[in-house]
Amino acid sequence: MKNKILPFSVIIIFGIIFFIFYKGLEDSKIYTPDVNTKKEIPDFNIKEFFSGENVKSSNIFKLDKIYLLNIWSSWCVPCRQEHAFLMNLSLDNKVNIIGMNYKDNLSNAENFLKELGNPYKEIYIDLDGTIAIEWGAYGVPESFLIYNNEIIKKYIGPLNQQLIEEINLLIK
Amino acid sequence: MKVLRFFLIIILFFTFSVLKADELDKRNNITKNLRCLVCQGQSIYDSDSEFANSLKILVDRKIDEGLTEAEIYEYFKNKYGEWILYDPKLNKNTYILWFMPLLIFLFGGAIIFKKLKKKHD
Repeated sequence: MKNKILPFSVIIIFGIIFFIFYKGLEDSKIYTPDVNTKKEIPDFNIKEFFSGENVKSSNIFKLDKIYLLNIWSSWCVPCRQEHAFLMNLSLDNKVNIIGMNYKDNLSNAENFLKELGNPYKEIYIDLDGTIAIEWGAYGVPESFLIYNNEIIKKYIGPLNQQLIEEINLLIK
Repeated sequence: MKVLRFFLIIILFFTFSVLKADELDKRNNITKNLRCLVCQGQSIYDSDSEFANSLKILVDRKIDEGLTEAEIYEYFKNKYGEWILYDPKLNKNTYILWFMPLLIFLFGGAIIFKKLKKKHD
């Protein structure tokens, strides 16, 4: 009897381990960030792009207005593709597009806007990338849809026609 | 002698850091326990990506503001979620992770104990 307990429990333990690992296989290993959480926008001070003046975040985002904060950079290739869609979106005037220039050379950024147009109502600069971290951003390009000082939705990566349509639906 | 003093001052300037030695240890500790979310299998400490570099600046700033290690983790957890921490907290998703090794250890110990007892008898 005693001899039987040992192999029996070994089989059970291995069974449990097998089950856990098997279950683990089904789980997605790809990390998907949460994009739908309603979060308060962070508090920060930031420099204006053209004048270089320091501005408080509470003076940028007003209640009862819809904003799209777009983090961009002249060295970022997907930002170029995205830019045409932002230009289109700015024509409607329904949403205030705010640009945040990320770790960029300012004259390069100006040339980028001269070449492709300026869809932004206001532009601010984040030279060391720390304000992007305050927003919980991963890199460029990234966009945040904001209403009443809350992040409604976060778009990681370049915007495309489908996402622009989604934004248009959301702001209705 | 003058040259020596000159070089000493130069060296002093180049090794100047805004953080004190114990704060540097703290910073390294913290950045080693934060996951670089845009890299594969690297901590913030290991990585040289744009994301990691910005995070390092922010960790320095938070240490300068006098936040404790736990407060800094809490801050980043708020921004990016639990995933940014390498050290997983005990909750219903991770209890197997925490207790499995202990269980296996106890089980192995029991086997050894039994074998030894048998030999004695």
